[in-house]
Amino acid sequence: MSDPLSPDHVAWFRKMLEIRLFEEKVQELFMQGAIQGTTHLCQGQEAVSVGAIGAMRPGDVQTNTYRGHGEALALGMAPETAFAELMGRSSGCSGGVGGSMHLIDVSKGNIGANAIVGAGLPIAVGAAVAFQIRQQPHVALSFFGDGATNIGTFHEALNMAAVWTAPVVFIITNNLYGEYSPLRSTTPLDDLARRAGPYGFPGVIVDGQDVDAVHGATSDAVERARRGEGPTLLEMKTYRYRGHSRADPAKYRPEGELERWTSRDPIELLGARLAADGRVSPDDQAAMRAEVQAEIDAAADRAVQSPYPTLEETERYVYAG
Amino acid sequence: MSTLAEPLAAPSEPTTVELTYREAINAALEDEMAADEAVVLMGEDVSADGGVFKTNHGLVEQFGPSRVRNTPICENGFMGVALGMSLTGLRPVVEIMFADFLPTAGDAIVNQLPKYRYMSGGQFSVPVTVRSISGALGRFGTQHSATGESWFMSLPGLRVVTASSPGAAYELLRSAIHDDNPVIFHEHKALYGRKGTVRRGAIADLGKAAVLREGSDVTIVATLLMVERALKAADQLAADGISTEVIDLRWIRPLDLATIAASVSKTGRLVVSEEQVHAGGWGATIISELTMAGQSWHAAPRAVSLPADLPIPYSPPLENEIIPSVERIAAAARTALGR
Repeated sequence: MSDPLSPDHVAWFRKMLEIRLFEEKVQELFMQGAIQGTTHLCQGQEAVSVGAIGAMRPGDVQTNTYRGHGEALALGMAPETAFAELMGRSSGCSGGVGGSMHLIDVSKGNIGANAIVGAGLPIAVGAAVAFQIRQQPHVALSFFGDGATNIGTFHEALNMAAVWTAPVVFIITNNLYGEYSPLRSTTPLDDLARRAGPYGFPGVIVDGQDVDAVHGATSDAVERARRGEGPTLLEMKTYRYRGHSRADPAKYRPEGELERWTSRDPIELLGARLAADGRVSPDDQAAMRAEVQAEIDAAADRAVQSPYPTLEETERYVYAG
Repeated sequence: MSTLAEPLAAPSEPTTVELTYREAINAALEDEMAADEAVVLMGEDVSADGGVFKTNHGLVEQFGPSRVRNTPICENGFMGVALGMSLTGLRPVVEIMFADFLPTAGDAIVNQLPKYRYMSGGQFSVPVTVRSISGALGRFGTQHSATGESWFMSLPGLRVVTASSPGAAYELLRSAIHDDNPVIFHEHKALYGRKGTVRRGAIADLGKAAVLREGSDVTIVATLLMVERALKAADQLAADGISTEVIDLRWIRPLDLATIAASVSKTGRLVVSEEQVHAGGWGATIISELTMAGQSWHAAPRAVSLPADLPIPYSPPLENEIIPSVERIAAAARTALGR
């Protein structure tokens, strides 16, 4: 576990607010038609993104998914760049051709946000094996959902990582739903960390609402990988406040479930600690929230000023060289 | 340890050697791995006794099991691993033991390798070479005999190339490995024992077809095993006074339409000879593209292909019967000439 008085706490709190308010703004912009297609929001899961990314060091990389705005922002992508990508604008991280499901920034170790369930895991294993071959002291992380633990690439990636003792950390963001389906209707167990057992490496259940728990477990796994001891599977128990995607009102959720989870909201949990140890008072937290909100609003306003790319501009993205 | 072919100290100046197709593949792998530590070879049993088709003889002894890496049997998974390697500075060469297993890696080949650079706004290059061991006449039955050469030809971001001879195999495999983009490289398992001239140290131009025999009456375009059959057909036709131009297509994506159009503008007659069903393949695409471009024909183009409604059978005489023969290719050319 990390030091409970870590100075990172205030930065984490601010970053979690940024992710939350970014996602709320995305919802608003979607309703206005400024963002089209689909979005997969991550409100409720902020502690997983921020706590786990906080365990990475320079040179480490990660892959994530179409529900990857939290990881992209936690890795330091500017909200304006992310908004511009979601709006299909040329100043987006991927020049506007990627959209909501592909917030990618290789300069920050973000080597992929994948719209195919499970596809990011082997890519992370490949990066990890490349670090091994080139004798670089780096680690690859892979974020994916509970639904991905049923697809072949999950098992193929865990198997290869185990066989090769690859420096990789697999992070299940278990938000209890694979798209519209509750976990137990598709998966014969509650604790997905158990799926590491057959592959012979540790699987750890983590309170995904507690950013300290997330950071501590991820740091342990990352440093274990860096020491050459191989992969770890982390299961972050968390919750998705919104439906699967823009089109899903999440009416399938049992009554009271959302409220049970919002009563342990990750931002409020950390905020309560910061208030209790006197570092950031509730008033200062409210002021910080207002400040982040203003930054988010301004970032969206700037992003919408960016022009759309032309097809000709994007042609150079097809082939290298 | 020595590889099948003698190693070349300085591959910058091409040296002419006689090698089998298998040795030519081996030499290309050896030269690339020796020249660049970023090149790794991976796949099922690639380091086990020289690989299933013995193309990798001596490589694990020379470069070690980390760079000549056996994988579990999980094509989609290890293709994704290769992609991840390519994003972090390696140049993986992935061996697919039979082309028929390419669809097992369908997501990686269709959604990942060709699109990864584009959907990142050009942040990555993806230098992955997929060596696909392709083709029939190995008596391997329905699920181990496809060429698969046209399955992925419509994907922007991907390249697809075929090798018809030892010399082509050596130069084209090096070209594929040098390219910063994902390339599917098809080698034909019935050709492994063929001997031919290899320019050790040379590298093929990207996207260029090769005119192997010049002629004025009819153009035959072929790939893989069909190339040597087309050349033999041209010999037969010559005995009848017919002058045949034979083009080894080599690259299926990008298609070298300019070379074919130049040839057909001269001959006015085209036969595509392909070890695949005609529909949805490069032969149909060439005919379509030339026609749309206003090509005038002395006779309708002909296709010698696999049967439209039959998978490839095991039974040896049946397999022999459905693969386009020298005689069928020559007959198609005669038909185009009205003879």
